[in-house]
Amino acid sequence: MNKWYKPGAALVLASVLTLTGCSGSDNAGNSPGSSPASSSSSPAPSGTPADSSATSQDTLITARGGDSAALDASIVTDGESLKVTQQIFEGLLDYKPGTTEIQPKLAESYEVSPDGLTYTFKLRQGVKFSDGTDFNADAVVFNFTRWSDPKSEFKFEGDSFDYYDSMFGPDGSRVIKEVTAVDPGTVKFVLNQPQAPFLQNIAMPPFGIGSPTAIKEKKDKFKSEPVGTGPFVFKEWKRNDSITVEKNPTYWQQGLPKLNKVVFKVIPDNSARFTALQNGEIDLMEGVNPDDLKTLEGNADLQKIVRASFNIGYLGFNIKKKPFDNPKVRVALNYAVNKEAIIQAFYGGLAEPAVNPMPPSTLGYNKDVQDYPYDLEKAKQLLAEAGYPSGLPEEMTFYAMPVARPYMPDGKKVAEAIQADFAKIGVKTKIESPEWATYLDDVKKGEKDDLFMLGWTGDNGDPDNFLFTLLHKDAIGSNNYSFYSNDEVNKLLSEGQSETDSAKREELYKQAQVLIKQDAPWIPLVHSTPLLAGSAKLAGYTPSPTGSEPYTEIYFK
Amino acid sequence: MLNYTIRRLLMLIPVLLGMTIIVFSIIHAIPGDPAEVILGEKASNSSKEALRKELKLDQPLLVQYGDYLKKLAAGDLGTSIRTREPISAEITPYLAATLELTLVAMAFAVFFGVNAGILSAWKQNSWFDYLSMLIALIGVSMPIFWLGLMEQWLFALELKWLPSIGRMNARDPVESVTNLYLIDSLLSGRADQFWTVVKHLILPGIALGTIPMAIIARMTRSSMLEVLRSDYIRTAKAKGLSQMFIIYKHALRNAFIPVLTVIGLQFGLLLGGAVLTETIFAWPGVGRYIFDAIASRDYPVIQSGILIIAFIFVLINLLVDLLYAAVDPRINFK
Repeated sequence: MNKWYKPGAALVLASVLTLTGCSGSDNAGNSPGSSPASSSSSPAPSGTPADSSATSQDTLITARGGDSAALDASIVTDGESLKVTQQIFEGLLDYKPGTTEIQPKLAESYEVSPDGLTYTFKLRQGVKFSDGTDFNADAVVFNFTRWSDPKSEFKFEGDSFDYYDSMFGPDGSRVIKEVTAVDPGTVKFVLNQPQAPFLQNIAMPPFGIGSPTAIKEKKDKFKSEPVGTGPFVFKEWKRNDSITVEKNPTYWQQGLPKLNKVVFKVIPDNSARFTALQNGEIDLMEGVNPDDLKTLEGNADLQKIVRASFNIGYLGFNIKKKPFDNPKVRVALNYAVNKEAIIQAFYGGLAEPAVNPMPPSTLGYNKDVQDYPYDLEKAKQLLAEAGYPSGLPEEMTFYAMPVARPYMPDGKKVAEAIQADFAKIGVKTKIESPEWATYLDDVKKGEKDDLFMLGWTGDNGDPDNFLFTLLHKDAIGSNNYSFYSNDEVNKLLSEGQSETDSAKREELYKQAQVLIKQDAPWIPLVHSTPLLAGSAKLAGYTPSPTGSEPYTEIYFK
Repeated sequence: MLNYTIRRLLMLIPVLLGMTIIVFSIIHAIPGDPAEVILGEKASNSSKEALRKELKLDQPLLVQYGDYLKKLAAGDLGTSIRTREPISAEITPYLAATLELTLVAMAFAVFFGVNAGILSAWKQNSWFDYLSMLIALIGVSMPIFWLGLMEQWLFALELKWLPSIGRMNARDPVESVTNLYLIDSLLSGRADQFWTVVKHLILPGIALGTIPMAIIARMTRSSMLEVLRSDYIRTAKAKGLSQMFIIYKHALRNAFIPVLTVIGLQFGLLLGGAVLTETIFAWPGVGRYIFDAIASRDYPVIQSGILIIAFIFVLINLLVDLLYAAVDPRINFK
C-alpha cells in the first residue's frame, strides 16, 4: 500500500512548499539592509525600520475605520468625510491647532459692527484655487449663495447643506441675511439677528470655500472631485479602500505642506489596523483599542498620540416614562454609577469623569457644579424618599450602544458594569442593544427604552453646540433624546444664542448647568480622550479636539 | 445543450423577480430610518424630511416597489443614498476585488481540498486520512475572524513575510484599469507590483478558502471511497496501470460530479458572503459594500447589490450544470 501513497503526498508537499517557498524567498529578498532601490521595488511587506528610513519618507498613510461619504465639505455631516475635506478646502477662519480658538485663514482680518449684525472680512490676496481660479470676494459670495439659496442651480440633486442649515438656521429662519462683495478683497456679512458664536461657526470645516469654476463645471461630480485652496489636491478615490491627496504646488503658505502625499486608508477592524501599523504598512491610525495600549507603549517604533477631549458620553433617562419623570429617582441613580471604575476598565484610563453635559474646555463651563459621588447608601436613601424603599418594582429597559464611538468604546460592557451597580440599589435592568439604525430609531421615539446611552462630539467649541443641541426643548425630536424640557433652562439657552457679550453669555450657560445638574436628565459619564497611534518618526501632528484637522505641518523625522 | 442553456437563462427571470420581492420586503420590514442613519445626528430635521421625500420613503411600499422595478427594467440599478453615486458604476470595482480574492481562495480550496480528499480515500484509515480529516473538521468549524487575525499575527507581525491588510501597498498603488490588480499590474508592466499583489492575496485567500477547502476535501473523500470500491478500478489495478493514472484518470472523473456541485456552490457563496474576510483584511469587496449598506439602510444598494450577487450565483450554478456534461459524457441535457 505504501507505494500508492507516495506520489500524492509528494504532490501535496510540493504545493505546500511552493506556497511557503514564495514567502520565504520574498523574505530573503527584502531583508533589512537591502538597498533603497530594492526596497522601493517591493516595499510593502517588510515594514522594518531599516526599510522606510532608507528613503526619506514624504507619503503619509493614515488609516481609519470607515470611508468618506462625499468630499464636498458643505454637503457632508460625517467625520470621515470632513477628515479628508479639511486637506482640500479652507474657510475664512479656522481653529488654532489643538484648540477651538479661532484664527484667520483665507480672511486676513475681520471687523464686527457694534450691534453685532455686520461682519466685514478682509481676504488674503494672491490666493488661488488649485485649478487656477482666483480666490476672491466673488468666490466667497458664490459659495454662501449656493448654500443658502434653496433654488440655487448649484445645489445639485441630493445635495443638502446640513451644517449650514443647523449652524445658520434653516430656510425661512436664516441667520445670515446677505453676503456681498464690497471689493475683490472684502466680503460683508449682514445678519438678521446677532449670533454669538458666528465666528466660531464660520471657522467650521464644512464652510470651506470651493472653486466656483470647478463647481460650475463638474456639477454633481464636484462631490467626488473637489477643488479648494487647501494644502493638498484631490488625486484619487478608490471607494472603501483609499483616498489619495497630493501636495498643492501652488499653496499660498510658503514651504507647506511638508508632506508630498497623504493616503487615507480604510481598515474596518481595530485590531487589524493596529497590526498594519506595527507592520509598517501604515503610519498613523485612529481608534486604538484600549487593550492595545500596553503594546503601543512598549513599542519603540511607535508613538501614542492623544486627541484633546471634546466629547461627552452619557446615560440618558427617558423622562417620558415613569419613574424617570421623577427627578429624585434620576438623582438617586446618578449616585449609583462608579465613573472612575468604568474609566479604568473600559477606557484604559484615557477619559475623565463628566460632571456637566459639556467638556471642561468649552466656554462657560461651570467648575463649581459638584458631581454626585459614587454612594450607594445615598442612592438607596433617595430612592426611598421618592417612594421606592425596596428599589424599583419593574425591570427597566437599558439601551446599550451597539457601535463603538470615541466616547463609548464598548457600550455593552459599560452597560453591564452600570447594570451591576444599579442592581445593588434594587434597580433591575434589562440590557438591549439592537443594531445601530434600529437603536437610533427607538431612542428617538422613546417608546421602548427607559435608559439609553449616547454621546456627542463638539463641532466648534461653543457651549450652544452642546447644551442647546442636546437639552433644549426645541431639540426634542432631534438630539434631545431624554425629552427633557425645563422652561428656565430653555430661556437661558435661547438667550445664550443671541447674547453677544461674552461675560454675560458665560453666566447664562453657567446657570443652565446648575439647573441641569439638579434636574439630572442624564448621568453624564465621561469625556474621553480618543487614542491615536503613529510611527515614532511622525512629527508636527497636533490633533484637533473637534476630531479632524489639516495635515499641513506633518512630516517624518 | 443550447436549448437547455436558453431555457435555464429564461428561468432566471422569475427567480430574480422573486429575489427582488423578498429583499424588498425584508429591508422594509426591519426598523430604522435611512435619513436618520445616513445624515447622522448633526443633520437638521428638515433635511431629514427632505431626504425621506426625495427617496419617496413617505410613499406606500407598493409604489416604491413599482418604481424600483420600472427603473430596473430600464437597466437602472439606482443611486446609493449614502454616496449619491450610481450603483452600477460604484459596484464594479467592488465586484472585481471580490472576484480576484474568490478566485485565489477557490484555487487554494480546490487544489488542497481535492488532493487531500483523494489521498484520504486512497489511504483510508491511515494516519494521513485521520490527520487530514481532522484538519478538515477544524477547517469547517473555524471562525474566519479568528483565523484571519491569527494569520496576520503570525505571518505579518511575527514573521514579517506577508502584508497584513489591503489589496496593494498603499505607497505604490496599482493603476486601475480592470480593477483586477493581478492583471492591472501586468498591464502596466510592473512585475514587482504583480508580486506584491500576489503577496497581498495569500493571507485573505487562505482565510477565505479554508472552509470551502475542508468541505471539498470531505466531499471528495466520500465520493472517491465509493468509486474506488467499484469493479472497474480493481480491473485497472489488475491490469497494472500506474496508480496516478488510476486515481486521476479513472477514479476522479467519476467521483467528481458531487465535488463539482460543492465547488460551484462554495464559489457562489464566497462571491457574496465574504464580509468577515473583507473586514479583517480591509478588502474593498462587494460583501462589505452590501453589509455597510445594510447598516446605513442604503436601500437601493442593498436591493441591487443582492440582486447582482443572486444573478451571479445562479449563473455559476448553470455553469456547473453544463460542466457536468463535460466531465461525464453520459449526462445529456435535453
